[in-house]
Amino acid sequence: MTDSTPTANSGLPRVAPLYRLQWEEVQQAHVLLFPEGMVKLNASAGQILLRCDGMKSTATIVAELENAFATTGLGADVKAFLEFATDKGWVEWLDR
Amino acid sequence: MSANPAASAAITPPLWLVAELTYTCPLHCPFCSNPLDFAAQNDELSTADWIRVLKEARALGAVQLGFSGGEPLTRKDLEVLVAEAHGLGYYTNLITSGAGLNEARIRSLKEAGLDHIQLSFQDSTREVNDFLSSTRTFDLKRRAAELIKSHGFPMVMNCVIHRLNIDHVERIIDLALEIGAEYLELANTQYYGWALLNRDHLIPSRAQLERAEAVVAARRATIGNRLRLLFVVPDYFEGRPKRCMNGWGTTILCVSPDGTALPCQAARMLPNLAFPSVRSSSVREIWFDSPAFNRFRGEAWMPEPCRSCPERTTDFGGCRCQAYLLTGDIGATDPACDKSPHHDVVLAAIAAGERVPERPLLFRSPDNSRRIMQASGLRALESPRSPR
Repeated sequence: MTDSTPTANSGLPRVAPLYRLQWEEVQQAHVLLFPEGMVKLNASAGQILLRCDGMKSTATIVAELENAFATTGLGADVKAFLEFATDKGWVEWLDR
Repeated sequence: MSANPAASAAITPPLWLVAELTYTCPLHCPFCSNPLDFAAQNDELSTADWIRVLKEARALGAVQLGFSGGEPLTRKDLEVLVAEAHGLGYYTNLITSGAGLNEARIRSLKEAGLDHIQLSFQDSTREVNDFLSSTRTFDLKRRAAELIKSHGFPMVMNCVIHRLNIDHVERIIDLALEIGAEYLELANTQYYGWALLNRDHLIPSRAQLERAEAVVAARRATIGNRLRLLFVVPDYFEGRPKRCMNGWGTTILCVSPDGTALPCQAARMLPNLAFPSVRSSSVREIWFDSPAFNRFRGEAWMPEPCRSCPERTTDFGGCRCQAYLLTGDIGATDPACDKSPHHDVVLAAIAAGERVPERPLLFRSPDNSRRIMQASGLRALESPRSPR
């Protein structure tokens, strides 16, 4: 079951099936590929979407990122990006 | 050829590869983007040639790949090319009329790793679809759409929009919803090749266009993300040129069936550019070093009013093909711009659309292509400066 409302932050985000996330060496960036289109992601967006696999909660993703980049306080930024990505249709939410 | 490192540094990679596999097509649409003399181009690249092109372009950064034509399904090696492209990491798009798509074919395309299918309709009604394509293909396209969805492909429905179907936009949107398309491309006709030849039949009135725009805006607001509506800019009516190809030689590499490399599908008829061929040059040499691809990069080539215009970084002076076709000067400001000294040709074309056309509608067919070439009227028919 999927719930695409941005308020579903209790769920498990994943990259929507219409999109393909891929590292592009020439662009030195992650990109989202979809029918006849491409979005070049900045480093943070790429790192967040890499972890949107439908198995991790937002809290888990935040913890992973804070651990990976040895920092704290990423929660608000991650949530804001996930809301933006949900609105764009890049991310959808699975029930726990 | 010698690479100039300083110049190369400023050249962006070809992110999109348009592989025009063939000019063969069972349909005869009078707005086809293929060149008028397509019937003279029989020497198609081999499978091995295409595989080399796919590898070389991918190495330069190409990641979006459109298999186009003609009807690409007429190539028996399509699955081989899709599989190769998939293995190289491309996102693969098949741009098809639906003719030739059946259960066995779509299954093998899925197995080869095809990512997406763009399916064209000529209208929401069988009558107009079949008239414009000059084939009985409406029901076939409906079945193709069912196959596409049942095999789990995302689908773009494409419909070229012009005077004969623009009043059906609401029903065209309904058709896209009905067949389960994720995107609907309402492709306002771009006047090159066959479409320019038939412009007096195809160009809508300003009132028609405004009605269609209102319908699209209203439906977009209620439909949301379920079906994304793309409305291709009708540049004749905008007063500003389109950002054609995202700039010449910046993003898109088109390889035509015989291997000629172009910055866009329409560019083939441009004079004195000696477009290189993938048969004799590597994709790297073509993209970075060929005079043709470098000809309109940057701003040095721009004439006034572009040169001093603040919008030159937005539209890059518009389309080189349109400039040539409508003014005879490849380096002119695109006359779609109301600052162009030639903008009156565009206004005259809109006005001509309000009258009954003098010439009959000319369908895209090998016979008509040969007739046009035999009359050696290719240039004359394409140039509005010639006597009608």
